[in-house]
Amino acid sequence: MPELAYLAPSSPEEAARALASAGSRPLSGGTDLLVQLRAGRVKPDVIVDLKKIAGAVGVREENGGFVIGAATSGAVLGEHAGLVRAWPGIVEGANLIGSTQVQGRASLGGNLCNGSPAADGVPALIAARATCVIVGPNGRREVPVESIVTGPGKTSLVQGEFVLEFRLPARPARASDAYLRLIPRTEMDIAVAGVGVNLVLDAGGVVTHAHVAIGAVAPTALLVASAGAALVGGKLDDARLAAMEAAVRAACKPISDKRGTAEYRTKIAGVLSRRAALIAYDRAGA
Amino acid sequence: MSKIHITTTVNGDPAEFLASPGMTLLDALRDELGLTGAKEGCGSGDCGACSVMLDGRLVCSCLVLAPEVEGCRVETIEGMAQGGQLHPLQQKFLEHAALQCGFCTPGLLVAAKALLDAHPDPTEVEARYWLAGNLCRCTGYDKIIRAVMDAAADLRQERTA
Ligand SMILES: Cc1cc2nc3c(=O)[nH]c(=O)nc-3n(C[C@H](O)[C@H](O)[C@H](O)COP(=O)(O)OP(=O)(O)OC[C@H]3O[C@@H](n4cnc5c(N)ncnc54)[C@H](O)[C@@H]3O)c2cc1C
Ligand code: FES
Ligand code: FES
Repeated sequence: MPELAYLAPSSPEEAARALASAGSRPLSGGTDLLVQLRAGRVKPDVIVDLKKIAGAVGVREENGGFVIGAATSGAVLGEHAGLVRAWPGIVEGANLIGSTQVQGRASLGGNLCNGSPAADGVPALIAARATCVIVGPNGRREVPVESIVTGPGKTSLVQGEFVLEFRLPARPARASDAYLRLIPRTEMDIAVAGVGVNLVLDAGGVVTHAHVAIGAVAPTALLVASAGAALVGGKLDDARLAAMEAAVRAACKPISDKRGTAEYRTKIAGVLSRRAALIAYDRAGA
Repeated sequence: MSKIHITTTVNGDPAEFLASPGMTLLDALRDELGLTGAKEGCGSGDCGACSVMLDGRLVCSCLVLAPEVEGCRVETIEGMAQGGQLHPLQQKFLEHAALQCGFCTPGLLVAAKALLDAHPDPTEVEARYWLAGNLCRCTGYDKIIRAVMDAAADLRQERTA
């Protein structure tokens, strides 16, 4: 076995340099990476722990919006009252990941970059129109969350790049979000389908902005622009909800496996989108 | 193989050991520090038998690399009883017969203590969700939950007394 090295850089630039070699891998909470390492599915020769980098762990407010360090654990996100108030859907997606033990470690950066189509933290981030700040050998770039994962286990990050943080837009009054998933039991399972919905309302309860993202029903999580558009311009009446559901189902390209057939996943994605929209609407204070 | 020298605090006492970079915290505790309370049930984060506290957070020690704990606080089942005095959770596990083979017990006790430290008055549903990452093949969980709820009640009383 080739020798493994462990590095814990304290600056983003140092981390990017450490990640420049082909056999290197970033480490956040390790709840995916350690499992893969131990199963022999990945064989890095350098592990670069991101948790000592200032900014990679923790939540802060900047220009009226929240910035989430990519390696921040789910437990920390769940304890951040301001973030929970502004983005309850993002936090509930992150907090659905695994057990209490897993929550002590699992991060949104790892959830995204692991590239699972069923990653629970991702749809609500996409619906929030969150961006990733990526640090790499050529400096920094900021891209939408949905541009990172290109297929199961695959990302658009190049050697040396990692996600430093997620940036969330400033939140107007009367705005909220929700994430729902379906699993075959009540805890500790992988989503059959997951939906994040993010809404902004005007004073009269009319939806002015809506974004819908779906997970576990295609090779990557998807932003369904037509589903969001179906909700804009009125209150959440039946016709709008039905149009959104139809748009969600049309966007699904699921596989059939032991957790559900393609037909079931498609049907469920629609049902979850309706329920999540109603929860987000309610939370937004309509 | 180049080993890393790790300095940490285990159950309140300074501890040092040598670890290869790929070694897990679980293996370091068991093989380097002789603390064999934390068990390896699965090695993949599913069973919770390896549960320990890391800087005040409940984690699976099988999913932590030993070098990650440099400068951190680690608490294990070995630190739960104070002197010869069992922790109320340990006492209640005995009284309620909340164990059979005992393989899951250290992990469950550490996880249950984390629950009661954070939420002294959990509902049964909250306790069951909190402990959902700790698998037990023997008891069927009911006795474990009864022991945890009973210990919680005792601890609350102790606090107000
Ligand atoms: C028992 C158990 C239950 C689970 N349940 C769920 C669940 O219900 N839902 C779910 O979605 N997931 C689940 N998971 C999977 C896992 O916990 C999550 O995907 C978690 O969010 C991964 O985050 P992490 O910080 O632990 O990532 P890590 O394991 O540290 O990293 C994951 C991958 O991303 C890379 N990476 C990490 N951080 C970055 C970064 N900042 N930039 C670039 N690349 C990076 C790593 O190199 C690695 O390839 C579960 C895992 C376990 C063990
Ligand atoms: S051995 Fe760590 S969770 Fe099973
Ligand atoms: S007592 Fe045997 S696994 Fe729990």
